[in-house]
Parts: sequence; C-alpha cells; structure tokens
Amino acid sequence: MTAVLAAESVSFAYGDAAVLHAVDVAVAPGEIVGVIGPNGSGKTTLVRVLSGTVAPAAGIVRLDGVPLASFRRRERARRLAVVPQDPVLDFPFTALEVVLMGRAPYLGTLGFPRARDLEIARDAMARLDVGALEDRPLDRVSGGERQRVLLARALAQEARVLLLDEPTTHLDLRHQAGMHDVVRALARERGVAVVSVLHDLNLAALYCDRLVLLAGGRVVRAGTPGDVLTADVLRAAFTTEVYVGVHPVTGGPVVLPRATV
Amino acid sequence: MTGRHVTAGRLARTAGVLAVALAVSIAAAVAIGPVHVSLTQALARADSPDYAILFRTRLPRVLLAGVVGGSLASAGAALQALLGNPLACPHLLGISGGAAVAGVFALIAGADPVSPLVPLAAFGGALGAIAIVGLGSRAGGRTTPHAVLLVGVVFNALAAAALMLLNAIVSYTQAQGVLFWIMGSLSTQSYALIAGVTAYSLVGIAWLMTRTHELNLLAAGEEGALQLGVDVERTRRTVFVAASLLVGAAVSVSGMIGFVGLIVPHLLRLALGPDHRIVVPASFLGGAAFLVWADTLARTALAPVELPVGVVTALAGGPFFLFLLRRHLRRAVR
Repeated sequence: MTAVLAAESVSFAYGDAAVLHAVDVAVAPGEIVGVIGPNGSGKTTLVRVLSGTVAPAAGIVRLDGVPLASFRRRERARRLAVVPQDPVLDFPFTALEVVLMGRAPYLGTLGFPRARDLEIARDAMARLDVGALEDRPLDRVSGGERQRVLLARALAQEARVLLLDEPTTHLDLRHQAGMHDVVRALARERGVAVVSVLHDLNLAALYCDRLVLLAGGRVVRAGTPGDVLTADVLRAAFTTEVYVGVHPVTGGPVVLPRATV
Repeated sequence: MTGRHVTAGRLARTAGVLAVALAVSIAAAVAIGPVHVSLTQALARADSPDYAILFRTRLPRVLLAGVVGGSLASAGAALQALLGNPLACPHLLGISGGAAVAGVFALIAGADPVSPLVPLAAFGGALGAIAIVGLGSRAGGRTTPHAVLLVGVVFNALAAAALMLLNAIVSYTQAQGVLFWIMGSLSTQSYALIAGVTAYSLVGIAWLMTRTHELNLLAAGEEGALQLGVDVERTRRTVFVAASLLVGAAVSVSGMIGFVGLIVPHLLRLALGPDHRIVVPASFLGGAAFLVWADTLARTALAPVELPVGVVTALAGGPFFLFLLRRHLRRAVR
C-alpha cells in the first residue's frame, strides 16, 4: 500500500510552544485515517501541516511522493481539499457560489464557471442533500447544512486527498452519520484518501480504518480502532478513566466515560 | 432555477445597464444647473456663453466627478473584500488622508498642481497608508473589523494633524492653494488633467479586476483561500497597489471625498450579491454615477452657493455608516 499523503517525522511550534514532535502519519488511497486525542494534543495543527497551510519546522510532508512545499498552490488544491473546523465567510455568498469556489483551482483568472463546473458543483450538492439550498446565502442555513455545503465544496475540488477537521462536532446524530457515510462512500468508490480529525471516539471507531492517537504532540499509538481504543491506552492519553466495551453490531470497540464520584 | 452565480454574460449585462445609467446621469448632470443653457446654441457657436458653460464648466466637472467616484467606490469594494471587513472605506481608513498628506508635500515642494507628480505622490501616500492600516490591524492572518477601524481612525487623525501642520508652516499664499486642494473641488479642471487621472484609474481598475475572483475566495479567510489555491500574498500586494492607484488618482484631483467607497459597494452588494467579479466593476460605474449626482446636488441645492461635494457625501454617508455599524454589531452578538 503506497501512501498518497504522508507526514514523515514532522515537528511544529507556534513560537516557543512546541505542538508536534516527530509525528508520522500516512494515508493510502481509499483509506480513512482518524486522528484522535485530547484537547490541545496537536490535532488541528497536524491538519494545517498536512494541508501545507503551515510548513513543518522539521520533517517533511509528501503528496504523491513529492514534497508538499514544491507544489504550485493551484496544483496542490486540485489534489488536496480541506473541510475546516470553523469555516469563515465574510460575505453572504450562496451555497452554490460557495461550492463553485471548490472549482477555483481549475478555472482561469476571472473564474467564470463552465457548464461542466456547474454540473460538478450541483452533483456534489445533490450527493450531500443540500441541492435545495442552492440560492440560499450561507449565513442563513443551519450549522449542519453549512458543514455539508463545505464538504460539497471539497467534493467539487475533485481532490484525491480529503482532510477533515472535526467536521461533525456541531451536528446531530443523523447528520453526523450522514456526513461520515458520504466520506466513507468517497473513499470506497473513488479511492479518496481521508484524514479526519475526530473528537468523538465512537465515530472514530465506527468509520475509520486506522487511528492515530496524539497526546502532547506525539503519536502515542497508531493502528486499527481495536488496537488504539483500549482502556489502558486511553486512560494514559486522556488522563481519565474510561470503559471500553464491544459494539453490539460491528463488534468494534465502544468507549464510554466513567464517573469518578 | 438558474441561480445568481456569476457568468461572463451576467457581468456584461450588469455592466451594460450601469454604463447606460452612467451615461444618462452624465448627460442629465450637464443639463442641470442654476443657469439655463441651450445645447443647440452651444453646438452652433463655440464662442457662445452656452458653449462655455456646457463644455468648459459643467462637462469637465461632471466627467471628473465620474472618474473620482468610480475610483473611490471600486477601491472601497476591493478593500472591503481584502480586509474581510464590510466597513472598510478609503476615507475612513485614512488612506485618502495618507494620499492627501503626500500630495500636499508634493505641492509644497513646488510641484505644479496639474503635473503628474501630484497624483504619483498621492499614490505613494495611499500605498503607505494602506500598508500601515492593512498590516497594522492584522493578527493571526486576519484583520478584525474593530482593529482595522481603530487603526484607521488613528491613522486618519494623524493624517489630519500632518495636513494642519503642513498648512501652518507654509506661506499664506501656499496655504490658500493647499487648503483649496484638500477641501476637494471638482471644478475648473482641464480636459488634459481629466484624461491623465482617467488613465491612472483605468489601469487601477483593470489590475484590480484580475484579482476579483481571488477576493471572493478570500472571504473564506486566508487559510481557506490558501487551501483553494490562492496565492494570498500576491493577491494582497496587487490589491494594495491597485487600490492605492485608484485612491491616489482620486485624491490628487479632488481632495478628500468620503463615504463613496462605503455606500456604493454596499448598495450594489444588496442588489447584485457579494461576488466581487461583479461588485468591483459595478462599483466603478455605480460610484461614478453616484458622485455625478452628489456633485450636481452640491452645486444646485443652495445655488448660487456651491457646497463642497465632500459635504454632501458625508451627510449621506455618516448616517449610513452608523446604520451599517449597528447591523454589524448586532450580527456579531448573535
């Protein structure tokens, strides 16, 4: 299995505050890798490094075997798409306008969409069940719809690598499952490589092929959900007591918090 | 459902409608004035008073109002996008002030008011002001609306103080000329000067147009734009320089005229949506028509007394700004 995106021993610091220490992560086509860990463990920073938004202080990120930093920005955006945790939008663009922005790396200076770009954007919206929102300004849709529009924008980018930063944190159960179902279908059908930062360990167990557990900016465990989500490993990483059971349907791990009082 | 997304056809239609509106505005503004004139008389005899009023007094003034209004409005639209701040405006941010200080320096240093040195100096001043305000209010890759307005207010006050200082230390006759220049007048300008300023402005707007798609993507924040393939630094540099060219050109011939860059892009966004590929060129045409009418009001409202056009735009723009600020703050709270 060859990795399409790989971080090799990357470190990163904000000023003097070291955030990542020699982290290795790799994702293969069609694979979903979940990045989990306590608050402040460096998950979001890892996404920023993997996306080329910031350069690592040490180590290297490779996309298709080539150093990420050597790609032209547009070329990189055609291969790698990011769904941010807290998307900003300064002006009230409509959902369709936002999804069409995903076509930017393919368009000329003025970026007028061609018929094919519109088709791709509308397909992506239909796939995420937000087709009816086409003309709705993005500041007038619900949080769940907004996240799905942004995933549709990433789909419209037609990238083979998808980075998700806690894409479903603010969503209800149905929309959480819906988003992750779409992402999994993309990985399985189109061979998209997915790296997804997840807060919810049970979603991580359910949807990821492999997990990388970060704590204090280091990888403390990597492997299948069954390998990583054990009571001992989680107790050490999160410094709290947990109960790990068995999912009644999938047979995978289920993580429950434990009251200490 | 066709959606309102931007296509070349939609841009052409919008620009066409606005261009016609501008042409009608120019024709109407030339016809309106305290003295009744006859076009047939004017065309028949080049030495008639009608000819002098229409073609030597009113038309140059109206055309200049158009160029200045278009420049300020399109620069405002672009700066709002670049700073991610709908309240940005060349005047409020002190960019017009920076241009004025540099222009006055050039005048005092002996530059002829109609030489190209004054617009160039004003361009330099605008660029310096944009750099200071734009970069000074940035934190973590973004400028917050509050920071940018605060830095702008401070910079504006500095520029005003610098202008008063310059005015105080020069001779009385020089001070008269400087004051006249700062006050902002669209009157008694030669066609040669208008042509020169128009050239600066057209270069500025053409340059700006090449970055309008990227300005849209910047609405997703700097990181978001980066991830969509935008060279954010290059976009910022280009927009800074192009907007400076536009503001510098406007200020060098008309002094400080406020709020055009705030009102016009806002109204056009309400009507046309936020896409800058449409809003920026539409602001150029709409801003031109807006200032043509504002100036017509300025010279006719209290005729024979002529108001500075900046007074008219400020009287309209001040309350409008407060209204926008209120709305913005309410949204921020929600």
